[in-house]
Amino acid sequence: MAYDKFTVLKSTAVPLPIENVDTDQIIPARFLKATKREGFGDNLFRDWRYNGDDTPKTDFVLNNSIYSGKILVGGKNFGSGSSREHAAWAIYDYGFRCVVSSFFADIFKNNSMNIGILPVQVSDAFLHKIFSAIEADPNAELEVNLPEQTVTILATGESESFDINGYKKHNLVNGFDDIDYLQAMREEIVAFAQKSRY
Amino acid sequence: MSSKPTTLFDKVWDAHVVRDIQDGPDVFLIDRHFIHEVTSPVAFLGLKNRNVSVMFPERTFATADHNTPTINQHLPVQDPLSANQLKALEENTAKHGISHWGLGNPKNGIVHVVGPENGITLPGMTIVCGDSHTSTHGAFGCIAFGIGTSEVEMVLASQCIMQPKPKKMRINVNGEMHKGVTAKDVVLYIISKLTAAGATGYFVEYAGSVFESMSMEGRMTVCNMSIEMGARGGMIAPDETTFNYIKGREKAPTGQAWDDALAYWKTLKTDEGASFDIEHNYDGAEIEPMITYGTNPGMGMGITELIPSAEDIDAGKASFAKSLQYMGFHEKEPMLGKKIDYVFIGSCTNGRIEDFRAFASIVKGRKKADNVTAWVVPGSHVVEAQIREEGIYDILIEAGFELRQPGCSACLAMNDDKIPAGKYAVSTSNRNFEGRQGPGARTLLASPLVAAAAAVTGQVTDPRTLIA
Ligand code: SF4
Repeated sequence: MAYDKFTVLKSTAVPLPIENVDTDQIIPARFLKATKREGFGDNLFRDWRYNGDDTPKTDFVLNNSIYSGKILVGGKNFGSGSSREHAAWAIYDYGFRCVVSSFFADIFKNNSMNIGILPVQVSDAFLHKIFSAIEADPNAELEVNLPEQTVTILATGESESFDINGYKKHNLVNGFDDIDYLQAMREEIVAFAQKSRY
Repeated sequence: MSSKPTTLFDKVWDAHVVRDIQDGPDVFLIDRHFIHEVTSPVAFLGLKNRNVSVMFPERTFATADHNTPTINQHLPVQDPLSANQLKALEENTAKHGISHWGLGNPKNGIVHVVGPENGITLPGMTIVCGDSHTSTHGAFGCIAFGIGTSEVEMVLASQCIMQPKPKKMRINVNGEMHKGVTAKDVVLYIISKLTAAGATGYFVEYAGSVFESMSMEGRMTVCNMSIEMGARGGMIAPDETTFNYIKGREKAPTGQAWDDALAYWKTLKTDEGASFDIEHNYDGAEIEPMITYGTNPGMGMGITELIPSAEDIDAGKASFAKSLQYMGFHEKEPMLGKKIDYVFIGSCTNGRIEDFRAFASIVKGRKKADNVTAWVVPGSHVVEAQIREEGIYDILIEAGFELRQPGCSACLAMNDDKIPAGKYAVSTSNRNFEGRQGPGARTLLASPLVAAAAAVTGQVTDPRTLIA
């Protein structure tokens, strides 16, 4: 299912300087009951965002209107834990198109790229610089350039390059997903599968 | 004849690569696909939107487990959302001709329990499911791992997923294990050493005498938790123990097909001299019964030890403090003697017959502590039947426990089995994340023996003090 193409994203960012943010925090299990992919953004970080009585927790960053933007900047080991893709949907549905961290859990990274979110892994030092830039000015913009594979703090001009596998990059830039690709090689797969042991 | 020494992982992986995309992932053939009610509905919806059918319906198996009640399964499911998911699974599988063991079916149970139990899981297979503990099937020498919902759709549509080949790690544990130390303790010990992210990017092979002498149930417990050290999955080479377990199970090969399969299975091991990207070695004699004190499975310790201080570990200090605060614990205090409120034995980690035997071995002749609420949840109807046949049921009832019906239950607390906020639960499941077992719940992961010791004493207790 194609999504919007991702090329260059210039945006303010929302800082979440917490390490090991796991997918149970991103979207608690009780919100996985839906049979449609709708409305997950409302429950993004539900238990950090809202009290038990559904009133917002004012000290949580998503409830602080000075921060906004299409980029979420998280602490190290972002997206660990359960493989639920709902975590990526919640992030996408909320309006983020890119997550920056100094380390991502594997499954989360895969799930994200597959639905059109770009995970950008930077060094610990650069992550710190990003957090400092946002702290100094919540309106500070980042530029994520996928074709060039760079992320830049526009206020200071500091920049770092990031890795992405060429295939995923090609898909993101064109708004394709894996299934589009696999559908195109259907016959090759059937032939292989029919010869396989199981 | 002599080719380059190869790892078990490479042998299985390479046999499944349909196409190797340049600077991209491999197009990787999946032999068996398990689906359940929670992560499949959106995938089927995606197929419908694309107007694509299921490529090989006979290679996918469905069971309902994640969001099912563990009492009164014969009655209509109360929660409308759960009922909706169960109905969607039933309709989708019927429409596409996929085998479905729904609620009430005698074969129903937790996906990673029923797969092996029915001989669906066989050595050398590639297996995926929209649940991260799919790594369980690695116990049979399979490459098995959890996938997201897009990938569920992908496998339904094409029997393949896109997968870059992970790096290889071997974890060797040798030496004599002490009494009262189980497979769960071995894996919690490894995770405590490697940390919850220590194997990220790797696929693990477990090797050494400790795993060789383990039962299939124990091997499944170990492989199940591979994901909790960040690994994509973990596997153990099949051997006589594996073959004996499989033989005679419903979907296992028979006759000539069995002989052929066996000949192939015997080739599934890492050759002498094959190399890994990294290896770790541990001594089985060093391991004692384990328990976790924090909010990720890497925060585990020997049960007689003291909770470490932030200085002792190289994780983030702020996260460590936050974690202890959530748990209501302090640095440098013992876990032994801590009062607990709930005990949960079950899940795909420790919901097999051997786990209930272990639990019963301590409970027998004792009584459940009054301050403890216990949920004893078999992994499948087959396990439940065994519990009754072997007399474990009577031991449980005698000691004041009740037996629930199979399902994931408090492992992820999607159904009504939620630990209340602030309460302490000793759980044999696999995750102790904040809120995993219910909002505000505090989870202590441990083996069935430690869970039993806690259930009868009402506090964290070294099970070795209760073993005759
Ligand atoms: S018992 Fe827990 S880990 Fe296992 S399949 Fe169910 S939810 Fe997943």
